[in-house]
Formats: sequence, C-alpha cells, structure tokens
Amino acid sequence: MPIYRSHVLICGGTGCASSGSREVTESFRNAIRDRGLSEEVLVVPTGCHGMCEMGPIVVVYPEGTFYCRVQKSDVAEIVEEHIYKGRPVQRLMYSGSEDMPFIPHYKEIPFYGKQHRIALANCGYINPDNIEEYVARGGYEALGKALAGMTPAQVIDEVKTSGLRGRGGGGFPTGLKWSFCASAKGDKKYVICNADEGDPGAFMDRSILEGDPHSIIEGMMLGAYAMGADEGYIYCRAEYPLAIQRLKTAMAQAEAYGLLGENIMDSGFSFTLHVKEGAGAFVCGEETALMASIEGRRGMPRPRPPFPANSGLWGCPTNINNVETWANVPPILRNGGAWYASMGTEKSKGTKVFALTGKIKHTGLVEVPMGITLREIIFDIGGGILDDKKFKAVQIGGPSGGCLTEEHLDTPVSYESLTALGAIMGSGGLVVMDETTCMVDVAKFFLEFTQKESCGKCVPCREGTKHMLLLLEKITEGKGTMEDLDTLEGLAHMVKDMSLCGLGQTAPNPVLTTLRYFRDEYVAHIRDHKCPAGACAALLEYRIIQEACKKCGICARNCPVKCIPGDRNSGYHIETDRCIRCGTCFEKCPFGAIEKK
Amino acid sequence: MTQMKIRNLDDLRKLRESSRDLSSARSGGETVIIVGMGTCGIAAGARDILSEVMAELARRSIDNVAVQTTGCIGMCQDEPLLDVIRGGQRVTYGRVKPEDVPTIIAEHVVNGRVVEKMAIGRAD
Repeated sequence: MPIYRSHVLICGGTGCASSGSREVTESFRNAIRDRGLSEEVLVVPTGCHGMCEMGPIVVVYPEGTFYCRVQKSDVAEIVEEHIYKGRPVQRLMYSGSEDMPFIPHYKEIPFYGKQHRIALANCGYINPDNIEEYVARGGYEALGKALAGMTPAQVIDEVKTSGLRGRGGGGFPTGLKWSFCASAKGDKKYVICNADEGDPGAFMDRSILEGDPHSIIEGMMLGAYAMGADEGYIYCRAEYPLAIQRLKTAMAQAEAYGLLGENIMDSGFSFTLHVKEGAGAFVCGEETALMASIEGRRGMPRPRPPFPANSGLWGCPTNINNVETWANVPPILRNGGAWYASMGTEKSKGTKVFALTGKIKHTGLVEVPMGITLREIIFDIGGGILDDKKFKAVQIGGPSGGCLTEEHLDTPVSYESLTALGAIMGSGGLVVMDETTCMVDVAKFFLEFTQKESCGKCVPCREGTKHMLLLLEKITEGKGTMEDLDTLEGLAHMVKDMSLCGLGQTAPNPVLTTLRYFRDEYVAHIRDHKCPAGACAALLEYRIIQEACKKCGICARNCPVKCIPGDRNSGYHIETDRCIRCGTCFEKCPFGAIEKK
Repeated sequence: MTQMKIRNLDDLRKLRESSRDLSSARSGGETVIIVGMGTCGIAAGARDILSEVMAELARRSIDNVAVQTTGCIGMCQDEPLLDVIRGGQRVTYGRVKPEDVPTIIAEHVVNGRVVEKMAIGRAD
C-alpha cells in the first residue's frame, strides 16, 4: 500500500454536500492529478466535522490545517500553494477574533476547544466508506475482545459500570435495559437501532450514521452478543439517503471480512443485520410504533407492558437503543466502563452530542461532557447569538422539550437538571432564540408539529393537541382571553398525563415551559393585543415616523395593496385596516422611517 | 472476491497494522521531514528531493513520519533545504541532492544520528 505524505479530508456529510463538497472533492482529485501528486496525496471524503455553517470543510494533513467554505475555485490555490509549496492559504482559514485573525488548526478553534468527542471521534476523521480506516482506529477490537474473552454477562456489567444512559432522550440506564432483555425467555431475540431521528433541527444521529457507520454495527453486535440476539434492524428514515447508503456499504464490507454474518471470528456468534427504511413519521421514533412499522403494520404505539424486552419485534424479546447510544458502546468496551464513568456528573455519565441551531453564530454538531453548562455550549462553543442580539431562550429536547431562559444558562446539563426545569435532554436538539423570537409563536410552531405527527390512536393526544393548537392560534391573532390561558394550561396537563405514548406525554412541554417562564408574553398578546417580540403578524402595526420621513414615496410605490396614500408634498401614512403586514415598506424605506410595533 | 477473512483478534490486529498508513498521516508522525518548496527550492531541485523522500520511505515501509512542505525561509543560496524534526530537535540540511536522501533517512530519521557534514543549522 503506498504511503501518502498528505491527506486531504473533505467533509461529505449532508450539510457540506449541499454546499458543494462533492464538486470540491472532484476538483481536488483533478488538481492533484494534474500537478502530478496522485502518488503522494490522498483525497479522503469524510463524515461531518460539526461546523456545518462553515462548510464545505477541508482539512489538510499532516499539518491539520482547517479550511472553511472551500469552493471549487479555491481548490487550485490550495493544491499549488499549500500542498505543493507548503504555504497554507490564510484567507480560507477560520477567522477568530481580532487578536487571532486566522486560526490554522482545528484544535485551536474555540468551537472545538471544549468538545470531547467519543461518539463523534471518527466523524470527519475517517473515510466512512472504508472499513480499513475504521479498523486502523481500533475498530472491531471491542467486538473481538468480547467474543474471545468475555461472557455476555461481563459485557453487560461493563456497560452498567459505564453509567451509559439512553441517548435518544429517555435516559434509561442502558446496562439495566440490556439485562432485562438478556434474562427474558426466548430462543429468538432482536436488537434494534432507532435511527428515526425526527426532531426539527436535530441531526446528531444522521451525522454519526454518515460519518462512522461501523461504530453502530459494532455496537449493535456487542449488544446482540450480550443479550443473546442474532438478528438486528436499523430503522432509519428514508429522508436520510446518504446515511442508508453508507450503512449498506459498511455492512457489505464487514460481511466481506467475516465481521458480520455467520460464526463471527470463529466464536460461534452469528449476527444478521437489516436496514429498514421508515417513511418519516415522527411517532415511529416511539419504540412500539417503530416495531409495528418494521413488522409491516401501521406505525402506532401500543400500551406497555409488555415491554419490548419481553415481547417486542414479532413477540420476541427485543432491545431498542438509539444511534448515539450504540455508538458509545464500542469505546466503552475498548476502554472500560470506568473510563467512561470518569466523565460527566454523578448520575449522567460520559458525553452528549448536541445539534446547535437557531439564532446562534456557529450552528453545528458538538459533543460535550455531561455537566457542562448551557452557557458554555451556547456562548463558548457556539460563539453566542447571531448579529450579537440578546439571548432570549433555548429550546432543548425538540418538540418534546421545553424552553429555558437566561437564568437557567448556568445549569449543568444532566438528565435530572433539565427534567427539573420542565425541559428534557431529548435526543440533543438545541434551538437558540434571540429577542426577536416570540415565545407564543414558538410554542405554536412545536405544537403544530406534534399535532400533525400525532398518530391519532389515543384521544388525549389526537384531540388535545388540536385544541391546544387552536387556542394558540387564537392568542397569536390577538383574539384570546385570559380564560383561554387557563384552558390551555389545563389541556396541556391532561394531554401530558393521559396520552398513550411519549409523543403525547411530552407534546405539551413547549407550551408548559413557555407558560411558566414567559407568561407575560401570553398576557401581552391577550390583554394588550401586542406581540412584544414583533413576530406575530396579526398583532403588528406599521407606522410612518413623520419626523424621519423624507417623503420620497418609495414605500407607497412598493406597497402591494396600495394602502399608503399621500404625495411628495403632504407626506404619506399607512392605512392600518387595509395593511396586510407584509413588511415590504419596512424593508424598502431607505431612511428607517417606518416602525413596526 | 478473494478477501481475507478475520477469524480472530490476531487477524484483526494484522489488518489494523497494515491499515495504519490510512490514518497515520492524520495523526502526525513521530518524526517530521520538511522540504523547502518555495520558488527558490523548486528551482534548485526540491521537487526531486520530495519525491525521493517519499520513495525512500516507501522502500523502507516507514509510516510514522510526517512529510510536509514549506515556503522560502530566506536561505535561498542553500536550497534545496530539508529539515528533520526528531525528538524535539530540528536540524536543517542544505544543498541536498536526491542521493543524500537515503543517508539522511537511514542515519537521522531511523537511527537518530544527525548527518553532521550536511547539517547547516539546528534549533531545539
């Protein structure tokens, strides 16, 4: 095998692919060939680096130089200047603060400084389509070690020692869950990977599947060995075509090496793995609905017990874990449970991957030790609020989570602390909001989502979420009453307490937390008919500030409904009752003479 | 397909060993060789030096060395320049010819003995 002096790693995750990384990869291959460097420089497509908003990301080794937003037109310069002549291209480097205008290396970028990567360790570092790269990083060694020298009970003990808890949101101790399935009676058992990531703004699981698919396969096999299962399913939504493609490639490669299939490593342990593509229903992330979907039935939850550990897929004992949970298993077995348990808080061990989105400077994927504060995640790693606006709230845990405020920013992140505040850890979506976000509108947005995704099986969820949504619509249109608030709160508790599955039980969380922490905003919508954040269109009023108006008439000419009468001598005014609040005049005025309130 | 099957932990470790090249350039080598590839270096024949470095490393199957290039450092009269960083010490060799490369790699990179007659500078 030839030795390459330089590796050019190009992110091929969904984020960077959509900003053009495939063309960039092609250009690199061509430019390197044209310069006669094919023998000494290797082009490696990788998974997600996490800093998606700076994509396409290119990292040139051995120096480890980190280039951002690389376009096709930049490639020739990188090849000629950096790879050939050894002069890194400064203008494409990450630019930090004023005293650090160009940061050449990955590890010096604040975004990466506080991260601790276990589940994401290989993402952006290896070529996910090449099993040898995974093996070179110690891949499948945990499996080999377990099959050769550990009993299934020892594997479970190691996972118990690690303190790993379900990363899909529930937070149930993984080792304990495994022991239930292991002791369940049955000749046939299944393990399932829940890759039905459906929260708006969440892409942790997708990135792991795309960037390090072998870690999921190895994790599932370790689980299967520990629990006595010989067959597994990865339930992945069909909206993740790249993840599915990489998984299938990885499975074929593992099979070719005899690392997946019959009698793995001559241990007598056999494992068959399938990928099941889901149709993207949010409720199928619920374990009983997910299994129904695999069985070919309509994806609807059923009451538990019996729990899947005793009666799951086709009535057989089944264990379901989420992608990130499985990805943590090989490193735990490789390095020992105690190593993993040395990170995090007393009850929440290890690390957690979060997807940062919303009004934040660095959107992307981060993996941090449990116990870190939200402030560190949002401000130190995420770089703070976009356009330096004021932080207002962070929505944590997706549509099932809650909105937390400024005063909660110093809370150490753990399953318990977030639940106590009315949010949940969830799968790890963090949506950051600034002062221009209306919290009633946010609650409405998430409820619209859960209401649409409700499968309709149980009445509290089907009817309750619908009526909650109607009330929220009424309030955002300025037609609400104070009684509506009480009804809304009552309904929310009813839906939370009486729904059949996790979808309904958590759907009211965004409403309940905003009512708890931002009640004054609801009151302003109802009593004053005002949206304090200026986001609810129905409650806005546009007005021309006569003192600032230069009477140019640009607003009047651009108004699509012609509701700004006047002329260049006497000035203009907006007829509010005809105004459709489209905001065109506000945007077009060159003098900032139009206010919205 | 006649692919090797992994039957035990030893097989897996062999595969890991033979796959090391795939990520060793990324982890940075224990030893670093830097070739001056400024215009002055290239004019003096640095491209051949770089190729010879790669060829010699391949011949000796050395995969724990990171090979970098760098721009002009101002000693154009002594190009081609080749630096070896080993054990925290950086030694600069000047007016390197392709036939010197195997000597530098054998003596300095592998055995840790600086090739004094070609060394023109050092920094700790």
